[in-house]
Amino acid sequence: MERRATFRTPLLPWLLVLPQLLIIFVFFYWPTGEAFVWAFTLEQPWGGGRAWVGWQNFAEIFSSVHYWHSVRISIVYALGTSLLAIGSALLLALFVDREVKGSRHWRIALIWPYAIAAPAIGMIFRFVFDPRAGVFSMLNQMMPGLWDPSLNGTHAMLMLILAGAWQLVAYNFVFFLAGLQSIPRGLTEAAAMDGAGPLRRMRDIQVPLLAPTFFFLLVINLTDSFTNSFGLVHIMTDGGPARSTDLMVFKIYADGFKGLDYSGAAAQSIILMLLVVLLTFVQFRFVERKMHYR
Amino acid sequence: MRKIAITALATGLALTLGAQNAEAQQRQRFTWWYGLTGQLGEVMQSYCKNFNEAQTQYEIVCTGQGDYAQALQNTIAAFRANEHPTIVQVYDVGTTDLMLSGQYVPARQLMSENGYQVQWDNYISSIGNYYATSKGEMLSFPFNSSTAVLYWNKGAYRAVGQENPPESWEGIEKAARALKAQGHACPIAIDFDSWQHWEQFNAIHNLPMATQQNGFGGLNAEIRINALFRRHANNLLSWFKEGLVQVRTPQAGGLVNAFAQGECAMIMGSIANHVGITRTAKQGLEWSVGMLPLYAGHHRTNSMVGGASLWVLKGRPAAEYKGAAAFLAFIAQPQQELFMVQNTGYIPVTRGGYDAIKAGGFYAQPQNQGREVAMTSLLATEPTENSRGLRLGNFTQVRALYANEMAAAFGGQKTMDQALDAIETQGNQLLRRFEQTYRGRQLP
Repeated sequence: MERRATFRTPLLPWLLVLPQLLIIFVFFYWPTGEAFVWAFTLEQPWGGGRAWVGWQNFAEIFSSVHYWHSVRISIVYALGTSLLAIGSALLLALFVDREVKGSRHWRIALIWPYAIAAPAIGMIFRFVFDPRAGVFSMLNQMMPGLWDPSLNGTHAMLMLILAGAWQLVAYNFVFFLAGLQSIPRGLTEAAAMDGAGPLRRMRDIQVPLLAPTFFFLLVINLTDSFTNSFGLVHIMTDGGPARSTDLMVFKIYADGFKGLDYSGAAAQSIILMLLVVLLTFVQFRFVERKMHYR
Repeated sequence: MRKIAITALATGLALTLGAQNAEAQQRQRFTWWYGLTGQLGEVMQSYCKNFNEAQTQYEIVCTGQGDYAQALQNTIAAFRANEHPTIVQVYDVGTTDLMLSGQYVPARQLMSENGYQVQWDNYISSIGNYYATSKGEMLSFPFNSSTAVLYWNKGAYRAVGQENPPESWEGIEKAARALKAQGHACPIAIDFDSWQHWEQFNAIHNLPMATQQNGFGGLNAEIRINALFRRHANNLLSWFKEGLVQVRTPQAGGLVNAFAQGECAMIMGSIANHVGITRTAKQGLEWSVGMLPLYAGHHRTNSMVGGASLWVLKGRPAAEYKGAAAFLAFIAQPQQELFMVQNTGYIPVTRGGYDAIKAGGFYAQPQNQGREVAMTSLLATEPTENSRGLRLGNFTQVRALYANEMAAAFGGQKTMDQALDAIETQGNQLLRRFEQTYRGRQLP
């Protein structure tokens, strides 16, 4: 039998969802609509007028080597942080789940970093990775010039990936631990009775059963790296050296807000939005359907 | 019970509102947004406090909006929502955008409409011209101003017989090489800031940055890398490879810090850093200030002004402009200029202010040694087409382009000539985009 809530007047349900709709409209649809208009015009920053230019903004973006470079390094950053964060979070969760010594405290310690804001993380890691004063300056003491994120783009990117992954580990850890704890103890205990060691049990029972969590986190991490990397880049590298950390979301900020090229930035954010929509679509269409939670 | 509480609340509210109204009737309020933080932000607040205490007609409300770029972003956002301040502080390269927008009240018009007599020729010409039309009429008020100078570690260079900073790049190279031979790790430090390394270089050598008199002649100006700067940039890179030059971008700790800690023996930067270096210098650091060096065979032209000016925006109630004019007249007084110079590293902007400060013995005080060099540099000549300022659009992006291309050259990704060519071609793309955005508009 189907149970369904019914309303006597058709107006009431609309009134109930109205606040939510209003918020979405004001904070999402309205700005997005504005961005669409700007993307097809050349907008004067002080609002003195705009000229319709059709697809010119998009054509300029797609023909710009810097934009494609930005796309490439954004993908490198997204994959790098996601895989690193998922890998280390899984490992940590497996340890805590195995009740290694002091795991109760470890659990709390590992959840905490998620509460730290990105700029604060950026500040801390800037000190850690500083080529002259930080922990990494040891590399330079061993061999001068070995580590210099202020001139070497690869170093800067590596530094960013490490900081980004560190931030995501806490989030992933919570999900993995919850996933591990929802695996019926009977399964692991039975495997143990059959003589499977801890590593074997991880490989054959725990990790496969975590597959849904794994895919969920992959999509969330990828989306997060595309959109939330801004704070880190802003504090740690400012997009440099030589655009080597000029991620898509940072480029939008730099072109639009710093450079006052509102139209170019609007066109870029529409492309980024479509990308994130695509990722979300992939998540719902494939991941959610193919994965079984039980 | 509840009724009484509500009545009490309502009465209280009415009283507060009434009081506020009464005060507002007495004093005309208007707002000022500034783009300075930290100690400089506090100095801005003291200006406001002093103004409010000095008279009873107006009340200025001052709000810090983060750094220059953020202040400009916030002002534009507020302007579009019609919630903008009456006065806003805009940095040097935001000038062209504002001029083209036409959304300001020209300084001269504001003052004459509100009955103030201003001696416009009292403003130092190399400062006033940056904020003036091509005919020389000032549109905004120069406020916190600076120029680029050379900071010189006397102690380190004395070891190689160089007491004072050389006037020429040839002399600097020789001294740096001698210092290097003694095992000094960092004779010269640079960063990728175009202001002191590219823009000022062209100004003092009297060389153009761009066609159309650096953009004053029209929006169709094109950036040109001149031969001397090309040579200079290549020199810097080869000195970098030789170990005479180190790169200290903000991500690598910054120039000022490297100099103040005695790590690097020479930097070029804003005179506004003088105060910071004085305060943070390592114990026993002996240093002095010199003018930016020239290449042999060139005559010195005045260096360009940097910093910010105060713009009055359109679209506020007429009564607020009276207050704005009163405030701008207030800060233009010589004693207010002295206040700025004493509390920050900035320079006086009027001849009268400069003369008064000099006569007062300010530059003779030991903690201010070398600060007059900025004035000598700014006043070296009357401004020429190449040294009066820049009217190039999208210039924040051009500066970012310069920084990125220099980083690519110093990082070994491309040769210096490739990097300079990229600055030229891509810089011109940015200028063309700007021209298209303001199609049909003319610079005032």
